[in-house]
Amino acid sequence: MSEPLSLATDVLVIGGGLAGAWAAVAAAQAGADVVLVDKGYCGTSGVTATAGPGHWWVPPERREAAVADRVQRALGLGDPEWMRRILDLTWTSLPKLSAYYDFSTDEAGQVQYRALRGPEYMAAMRAYALAAGARILDHHPALQLLRHGDGSIAGATGLSLRGETPWTIRAGAVVIATGGVAFASRLLGAATNTGDGLLMGAEAGADLSGMEFSNYYTPSVASTNMARSMAYSFARWFDADDNELDIPNGPDVTPHLARALLRGPLFCRLDRVPEDIRAIMPQVQPNFVLPFDRMGIDAYRDRFKVTLHAEGTVRGIGGLRVDDQDCQTAVSGLYVAGDAASRELVTGAISGGGAVNSSWALSSGQWAGAAAARRAKVTGTRADALVIATGQAGLSPRRKAGDFDAAGAIQAVREELNAYDKNIFRRGEALTASLERLDGVWRELSDHGQAKGRAALRLREATALVAAGRWSKAAALARRESRGMHRREDAPAPDARLASRQRAQGLDHVFTRFETPPAQAEVA
Amino acid sequence: MIEVIVEDRCTGCGDCAEACPSDVLRVGGGGKAVIAHQADCQTCLLCELYCPADALFVWPEVDRVIGVTAEQALASGQLGAFRRDHGWGEHAVTHTNQHWRMGAIFERARLLAIETAAAQTPSNTARHEDIR
Repeated sequence: MSEPLSLATDVLVIGGGLAGAWAAVAAAQAGADVVLVDKGYCGTSGVTATAGPGHWWVPPERREAAVADRVQRALGLGDPEWMRRILDLTWTSLPKLSAYYDFSTDEAGQVQYRALRGPEYMAAMRAYALAAGARILDHHPALQLLRHGDGSIAGATGLSLRGETPWTIRAGAVVIATGGVAFASRLLGAATNTGDGLLMGAEAGADLSGMEFSNYYTPSVASTNMARSMAYSFARWFDADDNELDIPNGPDVTPHLARALLRGPLFCRLDRVPEDIRAIMPQVQPNFVLPFDRMGIDAYRDRFKVTLHAEGTVRGIGGLRVDDQDCQTAVSGLYVAGDAASRELVTGAISGGGAVNSSWALSSGQWAGAAAARRAKVTGTRADALVIATGQAGLSPRRKAGDFDAAGAIQAVREELNAYDKNIFRRGEALTASLERLDGVWRELSDHGQAKGRAALRLREATALVAAGRWSKAAALARRESRGMHRREDAPAPDARLASRQRAQGLDHVFTRFETPPAQAEVA
Repeated sequence: MIEVIVEDRCTGCGDCAEACPSDVLRVGGGGKAVIAHQADCQTCLLCELYCPADALFVWPEVDRVIGVTAEQALASGQLGAFRRDHGWGEHAVTHTNQHWRMGAIFERARLLAIETAAAQTPSNTARHEDIR
């Protein structure tokens, strides 16, 4: 039995995916003592590790055009200045990884920095963070934040999964980089993306933004999680009777696929993938070919069954609201990076896809990490001050602790948040019904939920999923219009009065409010 | 889901247990890796990638255990295939990382879509920045 861990550091980074690793690098390079805790393993955790992100990689002379295009597609919710900032930092940051990532060179001898393969990228980020001097604690999920009497953040407590012993880390500043929330769908790499950081941030007093934009979906071979979707850009789609469906591939393919899936089984043929691409596919996306190879499917000849996996806010948009240029939240000393933050500033109302989201993770991570280091130098760790534990539901029941069914709560979230008819084609009545069901689960959970050891982590994950689900539903309900990925069947047009970002907050009582619309309201 | 660890191949190095993002694996009392929390496996395949002995076998289905035996895993010819395709370890020279070609592949798909839809609307312009 190992002893409980207790330590003090300048900067604590919670989450070791792409954003967290960049935050640890930046904080350590700024001279701070840095501890990074990861629920899993920094290097395999998070959705980057199983994917292969491109970045928003645009040479300086083409950036204004790229920003102008993105601002237009952001549908009133983007901010060109933040777009310029991430374009600039992406351009200067990726070449610095050359010591840790073996960048490819094209036929013309040009080094290719834009797209990195996930497992190698995250292995490089781990090496980079360690070389910068960060200390990494793997299999150390955080369960709650600690705050000082003045409301500023003092650290966090959590659980070491090996030995199931508690840990406490006091810090001068904390960066939340826990990723998006995938609402317990079977999305590749997202099993640990349960919204823990959103819950912890909200308990500490932070608010959220953009939570209605939580309905991006990705096709995958049925019964698998293999959401590597590149090959599907060549796909032909078929119904159960093998009739080819008139579904054009492109950014708007999801509603078509979802409608087909609501009617019955959906099948795919990849016979239009060119031969030369088939030949190199195993070395482009090794995980894409694996399910086919193992299940005995000829990917480019056979017809196979597909499903759509919900991505929640992963390639949706919402998260903790960034309150200043340093990616600080509304809470002093609490910073947020990557998919745990709302990405509306750089994506607006449409998905940032892999590219903008990766550039955001890389950039917000570095801003948050460097600012956290600066703050910790000024405030110190104050490790001897008395602090307040902020965790509530799932940790400290309001009434008698009882057998709360965490698996049942997660299933409720899965049903309400991921079902195509409830989440892709939204209606006020159904949103209200979902919210009522999740409110009921929340009451039960906060009244009676408590668990020990590994089960305590599962219960807090369930708590975070339910909380994030309620913010998502409440925000979708209040946005009585259609904008970007948020599609209201009962309000199919955009409403110029709602061309602004929407904040969400609250635990027992969830509420939302729109920011003041900008002076130049969008012409709907 | 992780199905089986081929005991004869496992050296007990513990790399898989360290790397698993869902804390599914342990090095057991016998000095070999064991599946300790199978239901927590998310089928990310990364344990296979981190195993230098090619001892682990993951089946692509996410929601059920199908009961693959060590003999079946060995006979499948798939042990180590993922690490090989990634070009890790001894495969570095033969299996180079071609991931950077994704941009060009998306562009081919976009042009094909335009060609296919030429008679209809020209709306099939997937932007590869939006697709993983």
